[in-house]
Amino acid sequence: MIKLTVNGKKKSFGGAPFKRLIDTLREDFALTGTKEGCGEGECGACTVLLDGEPVNSCLIPVCQAEGCKVETVESLGTPEKLSKLQAGFLACGGAQCGICTPGMLMTAQAHIRTKGKCDDKSIRTALSGNLCRCTGYQDIVKSVLKAAKGR
Amino acid sequence: MRGDAKSMTVLRPRSAAEAVKSYAKVPTAMPLAGGTDLMVGWNLGVLNGRSILDLSRVAEWKKINVVSDGIDIGSLVTHSEIQKHPVIRKRFPLLVAACGTVGAAQIQNRGTIGGNIANASPAGDTFPALAVYEATVRVLGQSGRRGVPISEIFAGVKKTTLKPGELIEAVFLPFTDTAPTRGVFRKVGTRAAQAISKTMFAGLLFNGKGGVLAEARLAFGSLAPTVRRLYAAESFLKGRKLDDKTINAAAELMTTDVSPIDDIRSTREYRLVVSRNLLIAFLKGEVK
Repeated sequence: MIKLTVNGKKKSFGGAPFKRLIDTLREDFALTGTKEGCGEGECGACTVLLDGEPVNSCLIPVCQAEGCKVETVESLGTPEKLSKLQAGFLACGGAQCGICTPGMLMTAQAHIRTKGKCDDKSIRTALSGNLCRCTGYQDIVKSVLKAAKGR
Repeated sequence: MRGDAKSMTVLRPRSAAEAVKSYAKVPTAMPLAGGTDLMVGWNLGVLNGRSILDLSRVAEWKKINVVSDGIDIGSLVTHSEIQKHPVIRKRFPLLVAACGTVGAAQIQNRGTIGGNIANASPAGDTFPALAVYEATVRVLGQSGRRGVPISEIFAGVKKTTLKPGELIEAVFLPFTDTAPTRGVFRKVGTRAAQAISKTMFAGLLFNGKGGVLAEARLAFGSLAPTVRRLYAAESFLKGRKLDDKTINAAAELMTTDVSPIDDIRSTREYRLVVSRNLLIAFLKGEVK
């Protein structure tokens, strides 16, 4: 039995240890916010936070998440009460087709959570592993900047 | 977009000793560190039915130890952890720069230095820096441990000289006697982030007395099946002044040690021209 914490809740998983973290989240824990894009670590759509750090959940067998804290997009806000970051994306048009958005939000969440610099350049570096197929990068950066100002 | 999880056998040793023992018992097992390359293959379905030796519980290989004559980086230390370490940042900045070009944050947070070496890609981002810092790869097997110079660890494309049953436990970087006068790492890819390199350069210069070079260490990645030091150019430069004539003559010697190919990422011609320009710019002090 693999034990891990997902969005603050203790979870156990008794299936195949080599099942990917993304599949375990979606199929066993019913957290379908995390999306699979390329399946090869290029696009970042499947990004979740593992002990606070952004990782590609399509490249991690669930056994390697044993004892870890996993955060998915479902941990941010609710439709009634958006998180600052989600509100920033809504206000600035940071989401277009939406496939990259959960991963984009989680990578940005890790970035704005650090106490360090959060400007245009640092955001672009932090988000360089998240590809947007609509190429909506300008507004994504604006969205994160807006949320960072409200920190 | 995924393999069959139920078809896999996963071995999960809790210590280095246990890892070596498990590997001896199941020599066909594939060692798994950060998984940033292995899992891509698994997602394609080509690893179904295999045994996996998951090293993620081997805590002793996750440490960075600063010792009197150098720094010992555990094989499971990630590219992110290397970039954050104050002593590595100060003494081995080219390795820090190289680790910052391995994919993006998501990959750097998972990929490990030992995994990068074991994977032995011709384009392994850390290798030119490890080559000029003259790293030693420490490996552990059932018959004990041995140190392998970085120049001898790679046997070819995706091949190492590790013997059956051996696992990488650490990479040792010796401190240099004097601080280098100049050091540069440069990776050239299709775009600034995420791209796999077309060519990659690391160089260190040590000035001697009377305005001549005491030592030059020059290495290229992606220009041969494995990382290559430019030994011919290095020995030519030793004891000379870095004037234009010397620099051009050194650049002419580049192809004694490297021989790039045409492949999906670039052409031989492009690689040679860009690499030569990079080497000349470095020796002239024009690239920081």
